Amino acid sequence: MYDFEFERPESVTDAVTSLQSEGAMPLGGGQTLIPTLKQRLNSPSKLVSLTAISDLQGVRLDGLNTIRVGGATTHETVAKQAVQHYPALADLAGHIGDPAVRSRGTIGGSLANNDPSACYPAAVLASDATIVTSQREIAADEFFDGMFATVLEEGEIITTVKFPIPVAANYQKFLQPASRFALTGVFVAKFNSSVRVAVTGASEDGVYRWSEAESLLSADFSPVALDGAHVSPDSMISDLHGSPEYRASLVKTLTKRAVVAAS
Amino acid sequence: MPKDSGIGVSQKRREDVRFLTGAGNYTDDINVRGQTHVHFLRSEVAHGRIDGIDTSAAAAMAGVVRVFTGADFEGVGGLPCGWQVTDRDNNPMQEPPHPILAQAKVRHVGDPIAAVVAETYEQARDAAEAIKVDITELPAIVNMQSALAEGSDKVHDDLTSNLCFDWCLGETDDAKVQAAFDEAAHVTTLELVNQRLVANPMEPRVAVGDYNRASDEHTLYTTSQNPHVIRLLMCAFVLGLPEHKVRVVAPDVGGGFGTKIFHYAEEAFCTFAAKECNRPVKWTASRTESFLSDAQGRDHVTKIELALDSSNNFTAIRTNTLANLGAYLSTFSSSVPTWLHGTLMAGNYKTPVIQVNVKAVFTNTVPVDAYRGAGRPEATFQLERAIDTAARELGLDPITLRRQNFITEFPYATPVALEYDTGNYHGTMDRLEAVADIGGFAARRAASEASGKLRGLGINCYIEACGIAPSNIVGMLGARAGLYDAATVRVNATGSISVLVGAHSHGQGHETVFPQVVADMIGIDESQVEIVHGDSAKIPFGMGTYGSRSLAVCGSAMVRATEKIINKAKKIAAHLLEASEADIELKDGVFSVAGTDKSVAWGDVTLTAYVPHNFPLEDLEPGLEETSFYDPANFTFPAGAYACEVEVDPETGQVSIERFCAADDFGNIVNPMIVDGQVHGGIGQGIGQALLENCAYDQDGQLVSGSFMDYAMPRADDVPFYAVDHSSQTPCTHNPLGVKGCGEAGAIGSPPAVVNAVIDGLHSANHGVKHIDMPVTPARVWEAMQG
Ligand SMILES: Cc1cc2nc3c(=O)[nH]c(=O)nc-3n(C[C@H](O)[C@H](O)[C@H](O)COP(=O)(O)OP(=O)(O)OC[C@H]3O[C@@H](n4cnc5c(N)ncnc54)[C@H](O)[C@@H]3O)c2cc1C
Repeated sequence: MYDFEFERPESVTDAVTSLQSEGAMPLGGGQTLIPTLKQRLNSPSKLVSLTAISDLQGVRLDGLNTIRVGGATTHETVAKQAVQHYPALADLAGHIGDPAVRSRGTIGGSLANNDPSACYPAAVLASDATIVTSQREIAADEFFDGMFATVLEEGEIITTVKFPIPVAANYQKFLQPASRFALTGVFVAKFNSSVRVAVTGASEDGVYRWSEAESLLSADFSPVALDGAHVSPDSMISDLHGSPEYRASLVKTLTKRAVVAAS
Repeated sequence: MPKDSGIGVSQKRREDVRFLTGAGNYTDDINVRGQTHVHFLRSEVAHGRIDGIDTSAAAAMAGVVRVFTGADFEGVGGLPCGWQVTDRDNNPMQEPPHPILAQAKVRHVGDPIAAVVAETYEQARDAAEAIKVDITELPAIVNMQSALAEGSDKVHDDLTSNLCFDWCLGETDDAKVQAAFDEAAHVTTLELVNQRLVANPMEPRVAVGDYNRASDEHTLYTTSQNPHVIRLLMCAFVLGLPEHKVRVVAPDVGGGFGTKIFHYAEEAFCTFAAKECNRPVKWTASRTESFLSDAQGRDHVTKIELALDSSNNFTAIRTNTLANLGAYLSTFSSSVPTWLHGTLMAGNYKTPVIQVNVKAVFTNTVPVDAYRGAGRPEATFQLERAIDTAARELGLDPITLRRQNFITEFPYATPVALEYDTGNYHGTMDRLEAVADIGGFAARRAASEASGKLRGLGINCYIEACGIAPSNIVGMLGARAGLYDAATVRVNATGSISVLVGAHSHGQGHETVFPQVVADMIGIDESQVEIVHGDSAKIPFGMGTYGSRSLAVCGSAMVRATEKIINKAKKIAAHLLEASEADIELKDGVFSVAGTDKSVAWGDVTLTAYVPHNFPLEDLEPGLEETSFYDPANFTFPAGAYACEVEVDPETGQVSIERFCAADDFGNIVNPMIVDGQVHGGIGQGIGQALLENCAYDQDGQLVSGSFMDYAMPRADDVPFYAVDHSSQTPCTHNPLGVKGCGEAGAIGSPPAVVNAVIDGLHSANHGVKHIDMPVTPARVWEAMQG
């Protein structure tokens, strides 16, 4: 690690101010950032920890059909506190990494990082969530910008994620055997008038919506509705753990399984 | 009444108390006053010519003590290879130099180029970034076939090619072998890969070099399985130091699995630099460095052919293997694809004609050497996959086909240079069939199918040659070391015993098991016996622990030394009891005169030995300490039969292991629980190889799976509860305990069982898949099912 300054403000305003200095970065749970620092792959001048800001903590019900998750809420807390309101989301959070990762890693860090195999991006996109930042509100459809990229600007902090609660939902995560991130994962969310399907761990462009499945399932929310659907392996990830063709096949299989599990 | 102590009892591992309470003393726990830290600048390219290194900026940085490059080691020896293999024409293998720091060329990603010694680790790292290395990248030689192709670039410019040796064992007359295949009623041919693995012990490698200017003595603390071997190699071949001035300490070691046998550059560096800098020098590998510098395992590409006659008897085996050595010859690398692999190709079967052909190849990858099983897993995998394939092709029951070809008479001289002293392969197969409930498989398959899964059953046998080995024989085969072991039994005045052993315990449980034996022989409480290991200043010159040899070889030395102790103690007792030595009996720690009530306790005899007021000084020296060096008469031959049941998800290709049963013949057993544990761990690693682990390089020689994010280690939920049976026992005929060794069996016997099971599962759904290379990942299974 290179040397850096460390601050732990207690309000979003102070955090934003701290982040204005050149080379400063927000620090969530550090589960992604700290290993890259240890490897000397990154050299921020300052880390601004978000974990002492109480406004960024916890899961709250907002009206009847929305939950608000604080931007620095750990996976473990989401797994516990969202379980009544949005069980599929709680289940997803409860299966990220291992207990140590879940007790440190945060939703804001996960979304800002936008790992192409991460779980939360699928939930956010399928739920049509809104990402609230220190500057603005961003619709999920606008937020992700390809592998490891988002529309967040420098110094912009994710303060809250607003999830509309679907009628039924399920996340199917097929484990990459080493990292146990998603080799491929599919989040299906059924709302009153529509179905959204988000796929992670498959595309070279990061998380995406599978629109063909969405329209088929909106018409008939059952696995057989997908029988004729086709997933193209074009521009899917190819790595040690699976070919584009394999991932394409998983997308369909996992989507069907998510529909079954959500039904 | 069942025994509650001594041989045969499942004592809990006494060493676990300190390991589990954080009181272990590992090499990284050792910090020497005045210590500096070294960081190695390692090559980022697989193959390159070093055109220049500028260390001036680095040397001027804060905290830097000294910067070393290959130039500092020009007058110093390189890392030696401990086994000279001769090729099929009796020529010695090609042996390239292996410098401590790269000279002129870098040959794999991770090859150390320079070393910065500094006050702190971070300072050393900062300075390493300031070293300017001018490297011209050369084409990386990664694939073995292309490495051997005419006109290929060379890993070592001074060698004639990338071929280290072309070796043949068994029937060398090609025409005879071909004739056996021509006459065969059926020939099964299989091409397979035994993929490269990273050992990944939990504790990374660490070395601390300390030099005492006053006494001119060196101490090296290191994560080693064999401190004396390191001392010998480093003193005699690398640094030219007198052995009596060098102490090598391997304290608690957090797993070795073979990769801590070898003498590494970092050990020699820290020893050398400590004197040069007149400061202790410490190095602790990061996990990344472990991936890039610990010797890796396996990496064979093989074609095996198995000939059968019309009655399904095996008549001939021919194998052609390419074995990857990596960029340099690691300490025992050359022995692994040859004498530890070819000699096992007979397996448990009486095949009359066997020919093993091995070409060992240099590539721009991390060196390859012994990893749990070392050569024997590679042999077992080929043979047992081929037999399974033959059974399927011929429509035969795989157990029946194996049983029909079992060796049943012992001693048995194989066509590949070994003589099995004893065994009972039907015995272990009987146990397996019972424990694995083979009869109930059909019902279990039906249940799996009802839930949409395919179910497969895989069977295989294995044999291994352990307790390596008679020194005169391995010497003839090219070993440059003896393979005896040594133990000193030091009885203290009050009767407690320190046993100083050449074996090294790094997970095996010696500290528990060895005392069980000595205490049992004398009849005293185990708590009175303790072993001392891992410090060349304390123990006799032993060869360390690998190849499942500790109890069979070092344990035998310990038994011999204890026998000497008992004989001498009996003389003392006879003197004290005024009786004839021949009438003295030792039982439960009491010496008595046969047929009388006269007796003297162990503690009184030992005290007399050290306070020899009433002692036969004219006939006997005082004291009670004996040493034995034991050189075994033969290898030991543990063997067994394994069964694995898997479920395969036909949609995703995911394999899950539902049942795993092992029936092993380890001969006599001192601590059944520890033996179970060794088998469990071995199977876990075998399942890791079969399903998960893959050390993969891309065409540029970059390690693709260079961290745990991509290199899949088996986790607890990847493995089932095992059923392990070792009740079928044929004691080893030539060592005093009748023991064979159990450390590697699980890793040797399990991979073919897993793969056989997956193939069986796929066939149950009419997927005519012949073979899937390991690791049998979901993606590979899915692709195989697509046809
Ligand atoms: C062993 C292991 C297993 C894992 N398994 C999974 C898995 O199965 N699925 C999965 O999805 N993830 C997995 N992860 C990743 C984990 O979820 C991380 O916690 C997450 O990706 C990053 O969150 P963090 O809070 O630790 O962020 P940090 O590491 O602190 O930061 C990551 C990045 O986000 C920025 N950042 C942090 N918080 C904010 C914020 N509120 N606003 C704006 N920017 C911010 C930082 O500046 C940094 O650039 C795993 C990680 C590990 C180490």
